[in-house]
Amino acid sequence: MIRLYSLLVLLALLFNVPARAQALVADLTEHEVAITTGFTGTRVSLFGAIEGGGDIVATVKGPARDTVIRRKSRVGGVWLNTHSVAFKAVPGYYRLFSSTALDQAMPSAARRVEGIGADMLPLAPAEPMDPGEADQFRTALIENLVKTGLFHTSPGAITLVDGRLFEATLDFPATIPTGQYDIEVLLLRQGQVVARQSLPLIIAPSGLDADIKDFAGLSGTLYGIVAVLAAAMAGWFASFLFRNA
Amino acid sequence: MDVYLPIAEVTQDVYVLLGLGFAVGLLSGMFGVGGGFLLTPLLMFVGIPEPIAVASATNQLVGSSVTGVIGHTRRGNVDFKIGTVIVAGGAAGSLTGVLLFGYLRRQGQIDLIISMGYVILLGTLGTLMLTESVGAILRARDADAQPRRLHAHSWFHRLPFKMRFRRSKLYISALLPLGIGYGLGILSGLLGISGGFLAVPAMIYLLGMPASVVLGTSLFQTVFIAALSTILQAMTNQTVDAMLALLVLLGGVIGVHYGSRAAPRFKSEYLRVGLALLILGVGIKLLYDVTVEPTNLFSIAPRVQ
Repeated sequence: MIRLYSLLVLLALLFNVPARAQALVADLTEHEVAITTGFTGTRVSLFGAIEGGGDIVATVKGPARDTVIRRKSRVGGVWLNTHSVAFKAVPGYYRLFSSTALDQAMPSAARRVEGIGADMLPLAPAEPMDPGEADQFRTALIENLVKTGLFHTSPGAITLVDGRLFEATLDFPATIPTGQYDIEVLLLRQGQVVARQSLPLIIAPSGLDADIKDFAGLSGTLYGIVAVLAAAMAGWFASFLFRNA
Repeated sequence: MDVYLPIAEVTQDVYVLLGLGFAVGLLSGMFGVGGGFLLTPLLMFVGIPEPIAVASATNQLVGSSVTGVIGHTRRGNVDFKIGTVIVAGGAAGSLTGVLLFGYLRRQGQIDLIISMGYVILLGTLGTLMLTESVGAILRARDADAQPRRLHAHSWFHRLPFKMRFRRSKLYISALLPLGIGYGLGILSGLLGISGGFLAVPAMIYLLGMPASVVLGTSLFQTVFIAALSTILQAMTNQTVDAMLALLVLLGGVIGVHYGSRAAPRFKSEYLRVGLALLILGVGIKLLYDVTVEPTNLFSIAPRVQ
């Protein structure tokens, strides 16, 4: 269904005269994903067309938040967090897609310039510190985000048909952070960026979950009181239910 | 069937949460304990982050103790006056506990403190219960056991601010229940437990309350201390997942019901041996987790200002 839809939109894009002039046209099948109570992850299709050939690299960047990475050491027989470094604006999710092997599509020098790839993200410590130590923690931070599945590289995951049409499935796990996502699509020739397009994607809780989260963030006190009353009511109801039993 | 927990930000199987609640409720019903000390570690084992497990367990406790206290009130087994004094101490303790919780969380040590707190509590409790219940089994075999004195008079009966508690037939210093409440409040804020298993012996042996009113009064104070801890956690640490609490509570009330019906069918000493072994097992697992070299030395958390 998604593929059919993509194809129709693509055909429309291709035969649209002003779009022909553009080297890169891309879009998503959805621009908003609702996280409901039964959320177990989701898929969104990225699709588009290019003119004149080339390789495609796309990144999906989740909402940024300040993140602390801590290292444990053994102190008196137990393992406790002894070192910690806070990094500013770490994306909560990062995914890289490419149409061919990454080094072939975009050499690391070009990736460094553009800040493309988890290893090239410009992550700065929140407080000034020794650059060597910061590097060590930055590497560990990225390794750990890769381990949890929140940072991921999928070379070759963009299928290029006929050198013109492309498609990739962005599959988001259930653990993704909510907020505004930024999807950047780059068209490269000989490792140089020749065209780019940015697409927004909003992943937001909806329904009861969203209400609970919003409420908890907006007024902790009131939320706490309501949570307590709800539990008390449930407890009271249970005593009533089992009274005659 | 999966459910997305909005504050914990994890997806968890509904039946796992209901089952957990049911299992803990079953134990509470059978043994007359709150079960919070098992609920929090079990929530941690299924992947709920430690701070969320603690704060949501206090929320769940409000509901389960309301059910219990209603039953005890019907039978007239609650000393509201001494309970209120304990709650007053508990309010101060809960505030201390929640602030300490927030401080340790910012320092990145909350997970360890929660785990170690549980290791100490469960280790002590399990050992005490095991020796007590094995002792009871042995005593039952040789039947000429000596009756014990209810409580001994000592220095704390000379403390000032004496108050009369008619329901408990006591004339003691208000500082005693206040102090007990303060300790329980800290445990509630820091570890998410009612501390009933500490409060009950303290009320019997330190305060000298009659055993008949102890359980009801302990549940009465738990309602208010847990309610206050929940509100304070929601205010300062935003760690209360009401969805999680209600699901566990739902399983819990059903468990308590069946647990209390099943209890008379078993010999209580043997039940207590079983519970003691379970408590020790959970404690050992937690101790193992903090002392064995972790496979990953690094951990990531959002920065809390």
